[in-house]
Amino acid sequence: MNRTRRTLFLLLLALVAPFSLRAQVTSERLLHAPDEPQNWLTYSGSYMSQRYSQLKQVDTSNVKNLELKWVFQAQSLQKFETTPLVVDGIMYLTQSPNDIVALDAKTGRAFWVYHYAVSPAARPCCGIVNRGLAILGDSLFMATVDAHLVAIDTKNGHALWNEKVAEAKSGYAMTMAPLVVKDKVVVGVAGGEFGVRGFIAAFDARSGKEAWRFDTVPDPDQPGHESWRGADWEHGGAAVWMTGSYDPDLNLTYWGTGNPGPDWNPSQRPGDNLYSDSVVALDADTGKLKWYFQFTPNDPYDYDSVQVPVLANANWNGTPSKLMLWGNRNGFFYVLDRTTGKFLSGHPFVKVNWASGIDAKGRPITTPQPPGEPTFPGIQGGTNWYSPSYSPRTGLFYVSAWENYSTVFAGTDAEYKEGTRFTGGANTTRIPGADNPTGQRLGPIDTYTEALGSGAVIAIDPATGNKKWKFDMHDVNTSGILTTASDLLFVGGREGYFQALDARTGALLWKQSLGGEIIAGPMTFQVDGKQYISVASGNSLFVFALRE
Amino acid sequence: MKVRSFSPNTYLICAIALAALILRAPAAHAQGQDRAPQYFPADIQYGAQIFASQCATCHGANGDLIAGVNFRAGQFKRVVTDNDLRATITNGVPGTAMQPFAFGASELTGLVAYLRNMNTFSAQGLLVGDAARGKTLFGSTGNCASCHAVNGKGPLLAPDLGDIGLLRTADVLHRTLLDPAGTMLPVNRMVRAVTRDGKVVTGRRLNEDTYTVQLIDEQEHLRSFAKSDLTEYTVLKTTTMPSYKDKLSAQELADIEAYLLSLKGVK
Repeated sequence: MNRTRRTLFLLLLALVAPFSLRAQVTSERLLHAPDEPQNWLTYSGSYMSQRYSQLKQVDTSNVKNLELKWVFQAQSLQKFETTPLVVDGIMYLTQSPNDIVALDAKTGRAFWVYHYAVSPAARPCCGIVNRGLAILGDSLFMATVDAHLVAIDTKNGHALWNEKVAEAKSGYAMTMAPLVVKDKVVVGVAGGEFGVRGFIAAFDARSGKEAWRFDTVPDPDQPGHESWRGADWEHGGAAVWMTGSYDPDLNLTYWGTGNPGPDWNPSQRPGDNLYSDSVVALDADTGKLKWYFQFTPNDPYDYDSVQVPVLANANWNGTPSKLMLWGNRNGFFYVLDRTTGKFLSGHPFVKVNWASGIDAKGRPITTPQPPGEPTFPGIQGGTNWYSPSYSPRTGLFYVSAWENYSTVFAGTDAEYKEGTRFTGGANTTRIPGADNPTGQRLGPIDTYTEALGSGAVIAIDPATGNKKWKFDMHDVNTSGILTTASDLLFVGGREGYFQALDARTGALLWKQSLGGEIIAGPMTFQVDGKQYISVASGNSLFVFALRE
Repeated sequence: MKVRSFSPNTYLICAIALAALILRAPAAHAQGQDRAPQYFPADIQYGAQIFASQCATCHGANGDLIAGVNFRAGQFKRVVTDNDLRATITNGVPGTAMQPFAFGASELTGLVAYLRNMNTFSAQGLLVGDAARGKTLFGSTGNCASCHAVNGKGPLLAPDLGDIGLLRTADVLHRTLLDPAGTMLPVNRMVRAVTRDGKVVTGRRLNEDTYTVQLIDEQEHLRSFAKSDLTEYTVLKTTTMPSYKDKLSAQELADIEAYLLSLKGVK
């Protein structure tokens, strides 16, 4: 090659190279996810997990003009709990059991489908569900119900690696969307109804090799073990089944933990049972515990504290502060200092009678109910895993709630046997004719109606813990929440309505009956200048945008 | 997968035998089924290799060591149809030494083809592919790696072959190497689209419907087009994959096939 030809060749190469690079989702892009609101790059929309989008094409004045653009029908009749990711016009979503589908986000037409063959040993407690994906570079990451973590090529849906995280036949499962932090993929394990010992683990995104592990139940050599009696810790639960959050300034990743095992018989595990029903703050590079805060010590009610930790930067007593906001399944709304884990405030947001309040250190002042009497909130909690939202514009925290809902708890002795239920309860409900203790029912008829309780979206002012407004639903509310920079709030519910509310007042602005329970979080994205809003309902994903 | 060692001379003989085998019409074996299934030489050979490594210990090289079972004679205790055979291999026979085997679809196809043709199949004609050599050929003489990735490593315009051993039978792989256009899944065809602003996009089709088409373009981007936005749209019937009929020896083909059959996804 002579010099001229070589120069030409290099010039040509330089021109072509930028176009042949694949559009990678770098860790830098993940850090600044809110600045590219056309995309939805993590399960909760950003590391602060606010489910708040800067998009505002759809606003309070035109939201009534939303119309259905396309529908994706899942090839499954399992609960559809996924929140999709959208990256530069391509949507990635999961369908049961552990499929990934890549779609054109504008039309819903499919590029590829990845199918993961789930082991017959899998035994997730509460449905063969998956809530979503994480992405880094050209790889998608999915946690499976048989407790594997798989990496998939974004371009063709081909598996890149598959790492066993835990033993499925022992009751370990994974249903959460992983969280990518820097070059690691972080997940937790479900299995709190099977007497597993919970943990959070990070895996190298390229190789799948485990980088660190934090046990949510400390062994005799770990701090916190003194909160357990004898060998109780071995089946102590504290499962982790919802996605955590991350503060890059503090380099801390935050995760909520579930119930101690057995679920409803605290006499079988005296002590505080650390770190069950807690939030743990871990060093993102090492997994070392920086601080923890336990919401419900020695929990007899299955008040999992797996809620997505919502991070907010706001004033606290007039000082700009790094806060963590938490609407807990135990019925209290908490504000914590996320640098130190210090308890700042705690107020009930639904009817609560298991505690009369929270003391100055954040410990509940418990008021156990007499045998046979109902405890508020019931097993499913004042809220559950449904993603809340925080709008920096309104300064309000929004939570999906179950109001006036109770269970009559009755602990029984549980014997641990690997892979079988280890729950220890003969709980009942006071709903006449109810055939199960949780009061949950299936199908389009609301058989229990007001006897079960009712649903709501509650807007809480974190500074005071007061309710700013409340939007009531007849049936309980199982939906995640999305807010936008145009002060809209999107929420579903068990009734199958998809609703847009005014985030400042709670006024209903638009609704669409989708006909199936909404038990997933809505999200929003933009393609070719058009804002879309999506939500899974029943067995389909519905995508809306403004009428042309 | 290596079951027997052969001298180089034996390979030559085997190659000739293989050629003879390939040129034969597919073997048909009625075995009490409504429609006579077809068995293909490459599947029979693949099955012979699996049989030698997984089954012969108990059943014997001739398939007649278990009382009441003689594969060459077509004598079984329970099996009537090919589906029975697949089920017995997959589920085992409780209470006997016959354990369940977790074979993939391609392996089962091979085993069934071999068991049904053991009578006429001669191990003398068995051309054994070497997966390790095939892997080398895949990246060198065969030049397969210039278009195909394996588990994400490599270019993505052509399909990733990381689990091709689960998806395609030995026979289909063999025929693909000889006649790529003849066995290519229609969805995988290359397409050429011209947008309203004159941009030409070529790529591999991933999906298509009445109104839209989805493809992966030559820059490895996923693209979706409304057909109404295209001034030209052509599905190419040809393929850029060459036929290896005259490019590789029978042994090299067998090696590459053995490698492809060994690709069963990431573990």
